Amino acid sequence: MEQRMKISSSPHIRDKESTGSIMRQVMVALLPAAFFGIYNFGMRALLITLLTIVCSIGWEAGYQKLLGRRITLRDGSAALTGLLLAMNLPPDVPFWLPVIGSFFAIIVVKQLFGGLGQNFMNPALGARCFLLISFTGHMTSFSYDAVTTATPLAELKTGGSVDVMSMALGTIPGTIGETCAVALILGGLFLMARGIIDYRIPISYLGTFAGLILLYALAAGRGLDVSFLLAHLFGGGLMLGAFFMATDYVTSPITPAGRIWFGILLGMLTFLFRVFGASAEGVSYAIIIGNLVVPLLERITIPKAFGKEA
Amino acid sequence: MSLLTFSGGIHPYDGKELSQNKEICDLLPKGDCVYPLSQHIGAPAKPLVKKGDPVLVGQKIAEADGFVSANIHSGISGRVKAVEPRMTVGGTRVLSIVIENDGQFDEVDFGQNIRPLDQLYREDVKELIREAGIVGMGGAGFPTHVKLSPKNEDAIDTIIVNGAECEPYLTSDYRRMLEDPEKIAAGLQIVMNLFDDTKGIIAIEDNKPEAIEQMTKITRNLPDITVQAVKTKYPQGAERQLIFANTGRKLNSSMLPADAGCIVHNIDTVVAIYHALIEGKPLYERIVTVTGDAVKDTANFRVRIGTNTRELIDAVGGFQVEQPEKIISGGPMMGKAMFSLDVPIVKGSSALLCLKEDDVSKEEPSACIRCGRCVAVCPGRVMPNKLADLAVHGDMETFVQYEGMECCECGCCSYVCPAKRHLTQVIAGTRKQVLANRKK
Repeated sequence: MEQRMKISSSPHIRDKESTGSIMRQVMVALLPAAFFGIYNFGMRALLITLLTIVCSIGWEAGYQKLLGRRITLRDGSAALTGLLLAMNLPPDVPFWLPVIGSFFAIIVVKQLFGGLGQNFMNPALGARCFLLISFTGHMTSFSYDAVTTATPLAELKTGGSVDVMSMALGTIPGTIGETCAVALILGGLFLMARGIIDYRIPISYLGTFAGLILLYALAAGRGLDVSFLLAHLFGGGLMLGAFFMATDYVTSPITPAGRIWFGILLGMLTFLFRVFGASAEGVSYAIIIGNLVVPLLERITIPKAFGKEA
Repeated sequence: MSLLTFSGGIHPYDGKELSQNKEICDLLPKGDCVYPLSQHIGAPAKPLVKKGDPVLVGQKIAEADGFVSANIHSGISGRVKAVEPRMTVGGTRVLSIVIENDGQFDEVDFGQNIRPLDQLYREDVKELIREAGIVGMGGAGFPTHVKLSPKNEDAIDTIIVNGAECEPYLTSDYRRMLEDPEKIAAGLQIVMNLFDDTKGIIAIEDNKPEAIEQMTKITRNLPDITVQAVKTKYPQGAERQLIFANTGRKLNSSMLPADAGCIVHNIDTVVAIYHALIEGKPLYERIVTVTGDAVKDTANFRVRIGTNTRELIDAVGGFQVEQPEKIISGGPMMGKAMFSLDVPIVKGSSALLCLKEDDVSKEEPSACIRCGRCVAVCPGRVMPNKLADLAVHGDMETFVQYEGMECCECGCCSYVCPAKRHLTQVIAGTRKQVLANRKK
């Protein structure tokens, strides 16, 4: 009868949180922004979102099936990558674009490098940047209320004026999930409160970026321009990037100090790209470049063991 | 004042409500008792009896072999049935003295061991502690007289009694603090008098307010002893974490508590010191918590060391289920999974935890997602994910560079890992290998 007692090394209890439950909570945190995107841009946004998720799941399952590997859809990471990629697509892209984008994210960036946990850059952002370069027209044409228009960030870059309130609420042109800063901040707070993401990355990222923007505004003779600052914070993909992309576990440092440096680096890169770059937006490129530096950041921030600090 | 604590750690379900209100009750063994000669750190004891010899309760049946070793005393009266290898909790067969129980529990004359404390030199006290076979009763089983003989005796300024009992489910120390607080205080005073100008700290997690209240009441007139509430967090009772929380002094794995001027004792160890010096009784019994969701009833038993584990299960009415998936000797974080109940209670057995379901085998380990939870909870401030990788690849050199030897195997990393990886297990395995290689 004692044959059936289970034997294993200690510890004998495990926390309930699993990879799947973490991914599901990130998806839940994205829902307010996603629903707002659908409300803001209409049914097409919903279709693009669903298509991207389905394609991501399909590519992952297909690849694993083809190679005879264990199908790991239950960990929710493919679905989350799909949702994140959709949040980064303009609502008017043709339907074939998410198919290609999700292929790039799941197969090229993630699976070819060894699958979950092995990719060196954020799959959704890698795909976004790939699409931006390959299909620039589709990826940069934004229409709002059936009128093709520039994003507020592009307006800002060319010296135009923007309405900070509508940028906070998200009633502006942009990609499906990036416009509503309030919803994204709520989602980020939810994830921080649940202990899913570390406050260090978003805080140091946003803090560094805000500081540099203020300094720039002062240097450019704008004075202490709060609305300029808020427009930059709420505009483009910054909130989506800071709370949902930069905090991607696989492609951000694992050490507490490394996370702070990572955030500072992203803040500086985003500032440089947005203010001095050719494009109005800079978050995606800042994050994928930051991803490449992660192994170095980790190496210089190995924590000192307890009792060995001196 | 903010509560004393350390960085990292976890808050698992503590299960203490299952047994914390059960008063300590005596459980005398019905069957034979088995005494493994190695139930402490150090050299196995040498048997003093042979087959057929009569034995009394409290009789020394095996003698320490060298300084780092410990005497063993019988908990029952009867006859020696055999001196042969017997199975122990760890799964190894250890040379053991088997005593046939005559059910009489005839004792040796404990009175002859008692000597007035004020007539004893410090060395005499240590000798009496050594003679009583006392070892650390939290589980590791380090001989207490060795702990009390540090190289730099003058540096010792703090004696900490570890009443944290941070392992989930365990309630034996808690019951001791409620029921025998004066013995704890007296035992601590005996230890403090072995050194000049020491202060005593009884550290208790703040989830045990009644124990804090009780101990505070008892030590009210003892100015050198403080009862210190510490934050409830596993592993608050780990030696290095407890010393840091109470004194702010940090130790790494290659240092001893004495290097921080501290000596840390488990609650039951201090009580054993009291029994040895005041009542003349050697260490032959201890408190064992029987608990978990799979037993019919829970209990805190005062058990004779050597008792067959099955007798404890029978005493609570057996199992609720036909067969619990897992039975653990000790707590769920650092205890050992048992494959047989037919093993004896030893000096370090703190609990018998019977669980209907086993968490560990429920889920397969999957890929590391680098979430960093293991790094955040590690009280040793190392990177378990990295160490586990290096361990799997057998890269011992880099493993040591990444401070793998600083791991205390507390289990926090495995507990929090969302990918259900067996981090503690692989790290512990490699640590053993590195230590073995160093000895070569």
